[in-house]
Amino acid sequence: MIRQIEKPLTGSMPADGSWLDLPAYEKVGGYQAIRKALNGGMTPKAVVAEVKNADLRGRGGAGFPTGLKWSFVPVGKDAPNPTYLCVNADEMEPGTFKDRFLMERNPHQLIEGAILAGFAIEADVAYIFLRGEYTLAAERLTRAIAEAYQRGYLGKNLLGSGYSLELYLHLSAGRYICGDETGLLNALEGKRANPRAKPPFPVVVGLFGKPTVVNNVETISCVPHIINNGAAWFQGLSRTRDAGTKLYGVSGKVKRPGLWELPMGTSIREIVFEHAGGMRDGLRFRGLLPGGSSTPFVVEDHLDTPMDFTEMPKVGSRLGTGTMIVLDDRTCPVGMAWNMTRFFARESCGFCTPCWSGLGWAERILRSLEDGHGKPGDLEKLSFQSKMWSPGNTFCALAPGAADPLQSAMKYFGPDFERHIGEHRCPWR
Amino acid sequence: MLTAEEIREIEGEAVHYPRRDAVSIDALKIVQRHRGWVSDESLRDIAGHLGMSPAELDGIATFYNLIYRKPVGRHVITVCDSVSCWIMGSERVQQHLEERLGIRPGETTRDNRYTLLPTVCLGCCDRAPAMMVDSDLHTNLAPENIDRDLENYK
Repeated sequence: MIRQIEKPLTGSMPADGSWLDLPAYEKVGGYQAIRKALNGGMTPKAVVAEVKNADLRGRGGAGFPTGLKWSFVPVGKDAPNPTYLCVNADEMEPGTFKDRFLMERNPHQLIEGAILAGFAIEADVAYIFLRGEYTLAAERLTRAIAEAYQRGYLGKNLLGSGYSLELYLHLSAGRYICGDETGLLNALEGKRANPRAKPPFPVVVGLFGKPTVVNNVETISCVPHIINNGAAWFQGLSRTRDAGTKLYGVSGKVKRPGLWELPMGTSIREIVFEHAGGMRDGLRFRGLLPGGSSTPFVVEDHLDTPMDFTEMPKVGSRLGTGTMIVLDDRTCPVGMAWNMTRFFARESCGFCTPCWSGLGWAERILRSLEDGHGKPGDLEKLSFQSKMWSPGNTFCALAPGAADPLQSAMKYFGPDFERHIGEHRCPWR
Repeated sequence: MLTAEEIREIEGEAVHYPRRDAVSIDALKIVQRHRGWVSDESLRDIAGHLGMSPAELDGIATFYNLIYRKPVGRHVITVCDSVSCWIMGSERVQQHLEERLGIRPGETTRDNRYTLLPTVCLGCCDRAPAMMVDSDLHTNLAPENIDRDLENYK
């Protein structure tokens, strides 16, 4: 796939918007990576090492090194059995629309990646955990999985290698919390999707109590290209020390909202003002959430920051999912904070007190500010509440993810919050 | 009573899991696909079939927003109210739908044609605002195209 060297994940997708079925995927070099690994004498350990050396980090938002995660799975004769791979295709982070694109347009790339990941961790069964609303992705994945079984890429004794893998598509029934790694496992077990306490980590005690790796769609989609082209090639794709390409997206009132595969470490400025065309006429840029609703705001001063795992924390934020939500000067930052806090309050699984209790409280305060009923002391209450959502006070990352946008909105747009109280109204309404 | 077809579909999914009760969510979705929603009677039948208590299954059913424990209309409209759609005007979309259909979120029109529900981010933020009608996605919504889109759902 040397032709598409700069956009390995999306470069071979047909320009007319259609998808790559099996013949089309094979034509652009598809399923060569599993031949290289399974028939070319690579051991599972060698696949893990290649991905580790490539410095592939999780594209679901957390950025955990993928090869390292795989290396924690117990393997060998005495290891617990079976071992599971779960592809987290429960894309529901507000502002995020990248995995939908990868699954609708190139489902076989994901399947091939899952086979390689499964081989690496010696998995017996893999599940693609897909959110129920992604009906087109479900249709195409269903067809692609059937095609792959028919061709002998899935099932028993793949390509005569002795390795067997069953792959199932699981269609979820909703709720954001299923995207949490352990919430996902409970949902897949047919339970309420309350996240589990860690440790034990899923790589040791996961689905049905067995070793389980959970990886995001974009992460898994990178794997065939790493195996085909090597770790050094993957590292060379990026502009910074974090490897690979990244699907970056922009939504909000920009001229050309969209999604682009670009070198990891492309600057915020280039993504928003070149690829997305900058702000719509007459609107001014005020700030953005760089990687979905759970990442802290960045503002004008930060525009030259490379969008990667290493550099974004230096300006107080995170890469997250890499899909940005832009705030313009005609949109109320308090209203935006209210909208996101309402989302987190509604999607709380209801287990940990700071989350189910505090988020609802903060949502009511923010709504009262928007309705013109804000009172002195409200901002202090919001600060106090959101401090309770820090990591460690709850099982999962939902509440910390709610704190990040709210606290950063109060930091950068403090006078706007105060105006709501002082003027007894939302100045934008 | 579950129909033979429902049982066949449930058993088809059940083989994907090492434990029988793991198929519970699939089973709820299968029965809902056939009957439109999951009634108390359906819930008891599914629970019985899977060897679970109805209370346990109801705890699961009520957790997931795509499982309907109340009757819905022939078509379910879910409007995204997450942040990108909100910036792009989802409140106007919501208001237009409420006025045109004469119902609030969670309600069904008198002719049983539409149920209106809110939903989280639908993952098409570059084409906001968005909604789904049944399993179809509708994007770049404005009052004019909403009316046209809805006409196709009788």
